[in-house]
Amino acid sequence: MTAVAPVATTPGGSTQKKGGAAGRPSVAAWLVAVPFLAFVGIFLVYPTVLVLFGAFQGSDGGFTLDNLSTLFTGVVFDAFVRSIELSALSAVIGAVFGALLTWAIAVGNPEGMLRRIVVAGSGVLAQFGGVPLAFAFLATIGFEGLVTKFLRDNVGIDLFAGSAWLFELPGLTLVYTFFQIPLMVIVFLPALDGLRPQWREANASLGGTSWTYWRHVGGPILTPPFLGALLLLFANAFSAYATAAAIVSQGSPIVPLQIRGFLTGEVVLGQENLGKALGLGMVIVVSIAMGVNVLLQKRVAKWVR
Amino acid sequence: MGSLVKQRVLRTIILLVLGVYFILPLIAMAEFSTRGKNNTRSLESWTSIVDDEGLMEALVNSLLLSVTSAVLMLVLLVPTMAWIRLRLPQLQRLVEFLCLLPLAIPAIVLVVGMAPLYAWVNYFLGDSPLTLTFAYTILVLPFAYRAVDAGLSAIDLKTLSEAARSLGASWFTVLWKVVVPNIRVALIGASLLSVALVLGEFTIASLLNFDTLQVQVNLLGKRNAGVSIAVSLLCLLFAFVLLFALSYVGQRRRQTVVEE
Repeated sequence: MTAVAPVATTPGGSTQKKGGAAGRPSVAAWLVAVPFLAFVGIFLVYPTVLVLFGAFQGSDGGFTLDNLSTLFTGVVFDAFVRSIELSALSAVIGAVFGALLTWAIAVGNPEGMLRRIVVAGSGVLAQFGGVPLAFAFLATIGFEGLVTKFLRDNVGIDLFAGSAWLFELPGLTLVYTFFQIPLMVIVFLPALDGLRPQWREANASLGGTSWTYWRHVGGPILTPPFLGALLLLFANAFSAYATAAAIVSQGSPIVPLQIRGFLTGEVVLGQENLGKALGLGMVIVVSIAMGVNVLLQKRVAKWVR
Repeated sequence: MGSLVKQRVLRTIILLVLGVYFILPLIAMAEFSTRGKNNTRSLESWTSIVDDEGLMEALVNSLLLSVTSAVLMLVLLVPTMAWIRLRLPQLQRLVEFLCLLPLAIPAIVLVVGMAPLYAWVNYFLGDSPLTLTFAYTILVLPFAYRAVDAGLSAIDLKTLSEAARSLGASWFTVLWKVVVPNIRVALIGASLLSVALVLGEFTIASLLNFDTLQVQVNLLGKRNAGVSIAVSLLCLLFAFVLLFALSYVGQRRRQTVVEE
């Protein structure tokens, strides 16, 4: 409840300035917003504040920077580096192949079945994949998966000759492309739909080739949304938990799995709030990616004008 | 002409390669879940889905949760957002910020803060899995907000409500008989999205130790991969049907707008 109070007073101050058209809302008018604000205050703002402030609390409840400095040492730091590698790599792969797939359906019939299926399928994999995606992978290239068995029995290749790579970073990257490529389709499709056919015709009637069109028209227009989508994909992979948790049951190579360790395992004395510091670290990384995206799109809005 | 042919070839290659890439795991799931003993085919994994009591119980939990979360989301969001457009425009930015906030806070981080909160929730309300309704309503906020906001933007809310008010309707009547019917397509969209999201949610349920569909599927995978893979395939197909239906819902709205 403490979190709700500042929330309700801030806009109250601005009533003086606005007033105008709607008139000054009565106290009763404000009451209508109370259930929503109270609910969000308790179940969203309070847990968030708990994590953000907890990151600065020692086990005695006092202020400390120890938790945060731990983020830059040992296994925790390694996990952040690996998480960022995994997110960046899967974002680049997802953005490139996703953009190609988006182009392939954007040039087709906008009301066609193919486009409908790809868009709906992308929505499923991008937003609701989670645990089923992990099992899809075990069925395909797990130790007893279809492809693994086929290669072993018919081609003589043992996928796991080197190591259990599926359960480590390379495997996670591969699995992550299965929700990154679809997310790219969803995010990037509106940008490609925005390319007007007249531009292409203008380019052709002026003697331009396909290359000049993409070099001077399509490319420059699509670059900002492409970079924006890349950042979004990065944040998405960085936040993802379910798929990795279902695949990797032992060890914690990436940050979300480290947090799982803090929530389910034994807590080391004096490190009760380290999990919250990890959470703060994640929020900071995600916010940077999203902040850069906002700045980028603002810049673009200026150019376009 | 040459470039058109090139485009068609390139498009076919992309669709073929990525099509195989995405369909292969589905085929593998079907193959894996129908494996019997000694290289035979058997539907045992599929039939034992229904026999598994734990799984059925978890499925019921998830289905109930998908309904309660969608209802709570609509009850909280629709009156508030309509009221803010009509009478409290000062709150517009704050509510938007709060609704989109879950996008910046990964679920795995949110659950760290929710764990102590849920100790209280379970103390006061019991430890039924249905208490997850609160957490899930937060998770669906960004998607639901966008859908409802788009719905409200498409109608002339002010004129409609003033007309109803001048005819003596109460605010409740305005909401129930004017606003809701006019944005019903957006509300269906928001509800379908939240149903799909809740049925697929794993992070929060598993870390708060509640028994939902995905938690059971994951658990089951440790001892009987075949059944887990069969259920996973079902989940993906079901979500696909939901979203495929959603694409037609959106289309109908576009058409009505054009007609108007």
